[in-house]
Amino acid sequence: MTTHQHDKRDPACLEVFAKLSEYVDGELDGVECQEVEEHIADCPPCVEFLQSLKRCVAAERQFQGREECGPVPPELEKRLKSAWQAALARRHHA
Amino acid sequence: MEWARRLLAGDESAFTPFVESFQNRIFQYTWLMCGQREDAEEVAQDTLLKIFESFDQLEDPERVKAWVFRIAKNYCLMKRRKSVFAPDRELSLDELLPGQEGERPIQVADTAELPEGRVLRQELSEELERAMRALPDTYRSVVLLRDVEDLSTADTAEVLDLTEDTVKQRLHRGRLALRKSLAAYVEKAQ
Repeated sequence: MTTHQHDKRDPACLEVFAKLSEYVDGELDGVECQEVEEHIADCPPCVEFLQSLKRCVAAERQFQGREECGPVPPELEKRLKSAWQAALARRHHA
Repeated sequence: MEWARRLLAGDESAFTPFVESFQNRIFQYTWLMCGQREDAEEVAQDTLLKIFESFDQLEDPERVKAWVFRIAKNYCLMKRRKSVFAPDRELSLDELLPGQEGERPIQVADTAELPEGRVLRQELSEELERAMRALPDTYRSVVLLRDVEDLSTADTAEVLDLTEDTVKQRLHRGRLALRKSLAAYVEKAQ
């Protein structure tokens, strides 16, 4: 077992590092996925980094902004409904 | 999406649920892309109006989310062209490498495991918002669509007129920049 430095001087880590988002998203093909898994099985610092990336992505996916918009003003709602009905009429006549 | 399909069929009872399901999402996107609440509200309302005006052009209700965000993106761009803004910059992978962060292990807090979880989650969310605002636009738009709105890589590419490879590259760099910002926050908080 070798332990990597897990920094930009280590080419093996660098190669894996560039693919980690695709790995997290399940977008790597079978061979690349296996290469990443083989590397991280032997590289605790990469595992640690991967975990922190996953937690960051999880936080993004749960993100709720502090500000919310108010309800749609009645006048705008009227315009939206009219626009929708006009669009449906165009679709119907097309 | 069920509400879109029903609206296309002329079902008025789908109107309010459709608006409610998108209104705040659109606002959140425009607010984070425009930077000013007033601009964001205006752009969000313009987007909603455009959605209904062009509802006859919605070809695939299953992909309504991508269609909606494409309209929102276009209005954000129009608003930005009218305002003064800093030019985008590239995030270099080199500056985001973990070896740049010193000796100490860097971690984003796993707030679910901490006793003060709710408060920390709130703080993390606020810090994440700040970090997203600090991202260059080109990365922020990809992160918002892929991670916050959960669009696919293909849909995000279509919304932003990018290749899928570019979406993947920007998403990765955006995430790494956010991870770095949040890690620094956690360190400061300790």
